[in-house]
Amino acid sequence: MLLKPFTSLTSLTVVLPQENIDTDQIIPARFLTTTSKKGLGDAAFYDWRYNNEGRLRNDSPLDGFDRKSHQILVAGSNFGCGSSREHAPWALLGFGFQAVISSDIADIFKSNALKNGLLPVAIDAKAHRELLASPGAEVTIDLETQTVSFGDGWNCVFEVEAFARRCLLDGVDPMGYLLDRIPEIRRFEERAH
Amino acid sequence: MTSAQSLFDKLWQSHVVVEETAEAPAVLFIDLHLIHEVTSPQAFTVLKERRLRVRRPDLTLATLDHSTPTLPPDAKGKLPYATKDAERQVNALIENSRKHEIQLFDLDDPRRGIVHVIGPELGATQPGKTIVCGDSHTSTHGAFGALAFGIGTTEVGHVLATQCVLQRKPKSMRINFDGRLAAGVTAKDMALAMIAEIGADGGQGSAIEFAGAAVGDLSMEGRMTLCNMSIEAGARFGMVAPDDKTFAWLEGREMAPQGDDWKRALENWKSLPTDADAAFDREITIDASAISPMITYGVSPDAAAPVDGAQPETTTVSAREAAEYMNFDEGALFSTNKVDRVFIGSCTNSRLSDLRAAAEIMRGRRVRDGVTALVVPGSEAVRRAAEEENLHNVFKAAGAEWRLPGCSMCIAMNGDAGKPGELVVSTSNRNFVGRQGKGVRTVLASPATAAASAIVGYIADPRKYLVEKGARADVA
Ligand code: SF4
Repeated sequence: MLLKPFTSLTSLTVVLPQENIDTDQIIPARFLTTTSKKGLGDAAFYDWRYNNEGRLRNDSPLDGFDRKSHQILVAGSNFGCGSSREHAPWALLGFGFQAVISSDIADIFKSNALKNGLLPVAIDAKAHRELLASPGAEVTIDLETQTVSFGDGWNCVFEVEAFARRCLLDGVDPMGYLLDRIPEIRRFEERAH
Repeated sequence: MTSAQSLFDKLWQSHVVVEETAEAPAVLFIDLHLIHEVTSPQAFTVLKERRLRVRRPDLTLATLDHSTPTLPPDAKGKLPYATKDAERQVNALIENSRKHEIQLFDLDDPRRGIVHVIGPELGATQPGKTIVCGDSHTSTHGAFGALAFGIGTTEVGHVLATQCVLQRKPKSMRINFDGRLAAGVTAKDMALAMIAEIGADGGQGSAIEFAGAAVGDLSMEGRMTLCNMSIEAGARFGMVAPDDKTFAWLEGREMAPQGDDWKRALENWKSLPTDADAAFDREITIDASAISPMITYGVSPDAAAPVDGAQPETTTVSAREAAEYMNFDEGALFSTNKVDRVFIGSCTNSRLSDLRAAAEIMRGRRVRDGVTALVVPGSEAVRRAAEEENLHNVFKAAGAEWRLPGCSMCIAMNGDAGKPGELVVSTSNRNFVGRQGKGVRTVLASPATAAASAIVGYIADPRKYLVEKGARADVA
């Protein structure tokens, strides 16, 4: 089974400078009672975007723009900390984001994001500060060369785990990869269990 | 060449199906897969779409905990679900378990409870095992010398279909707690002190082994509390080497090995602890004797300080915003903050020893007027044991509510939640904005500190009650 490949993305940024944005902010727990992935985009950052009466506040940096042209989220450090809920990347994707840039991104969020085609991009602190200071900038993320660039000759590199990168570039699906390993798994089971 | 190995190295090595390379992560075999209603439905959907079966239902256990009500059913036997969706989610797991022949601890099962409480209770959690669950606090099971970690829903699907996950070996870290804990200081306080020291991302990308005299001294329950909180320091794995306490806990439990199998298992388990010269990527030492009862004062678990202290000065924008959200004044003693609600529960602190610690403080006293206190046992087994000791009556006499087992206010998705602006002293693991309900301000603490705060109506130091213990009759 092939997934949609991800090679490069050019889009405008949305900036959330807060540090330690945790998965409870990205998708509050009360929206986790769903049994599908549908509709989670509407609940992304719900408590930041809606007031106590459930009305859109309109003053949050997450509203008032065209989502199709703003697919890159630039967030403060330690983004995605907290829970293992995959609802967090599902919600961000549902909202319209295709990539998240921060100076560091929590492990389990990163791994969940990569499995769903949301690219987590961790860049050095200086480059991060510059992007944080430029909301709405047009930024290009190139997965082939592992670089982020914007404006005049500004660019920086980022790391991606090699296998996840391959999977994204080629649209390979990890489940298929694991299913191909069933003979080895069977041998392991016979040996050890 | 045989080189010295850590507990973690041994656990990892013995489960590698396909070695890690530069191009691909290791394929790691999983001995125990725990599932619950929130992070499994979409994984079962993937199985269905791809026409796959669960490969090893015999290594899979299911429980209902996150969305389940903690209030009893009505006269017609209907449970008070928070929403239709919550009920649908519970039913989806019941249905999926039946279809794939997975053992489920259903709503009426005397073994049901929070996933990380029941694994050890049943003896399913054992040294040397790899254990995963679609829940970040799976690190709890590391207390038994298991390699236990949280996974996402895609990986839940991988494990259901292949009994394996793709995983790169993380860096290793050892945290030594030297010395002995002072009276009134608990594993929860150790965890909060550790996170305050290394930061909420201090363990990022690492597997942590907790060692040292103070860890050896901890009961199995205490070790579970400590390993549970590893994730709040950014680490996916936390573990403690198995010892006689571990073996004593497991012996005779329903799913633990029996007879000759037990003897064989024991031999194997005794070979697991870290070799003398094993190397770690990082090692730190914390003086356990210097730890006080701790609370958190911000919206990240590393914003933790001794309960008898004061709100620190803020130096960063984030800290200032956190202090504003908490509505704690700079320089003011923590004990000047009025408490609205107290929650004693969650996979961090809902075991019998936790309830005993809370009951000891509540016995013969009253929860302060205006404070709502909720005591939620971690499992049906904990509930029964606590009721046999009459703890439920201690709580009720104090004016606290005694509920049915579940995650409850730890994640506040079953309807148990605080109201906007309320200050909640909670024995759970996360003080994130809105975690316990929109606009709720959470203070993390041990069961003793939570119970003391319920009595006083302000954030309170539990040691005061230990001192007064001898003269209890004089205390209102
Ligand atoms: S008690 Fe809290 S942390 Fe533990 S499993 Fe339930 S929701 Fe997760």
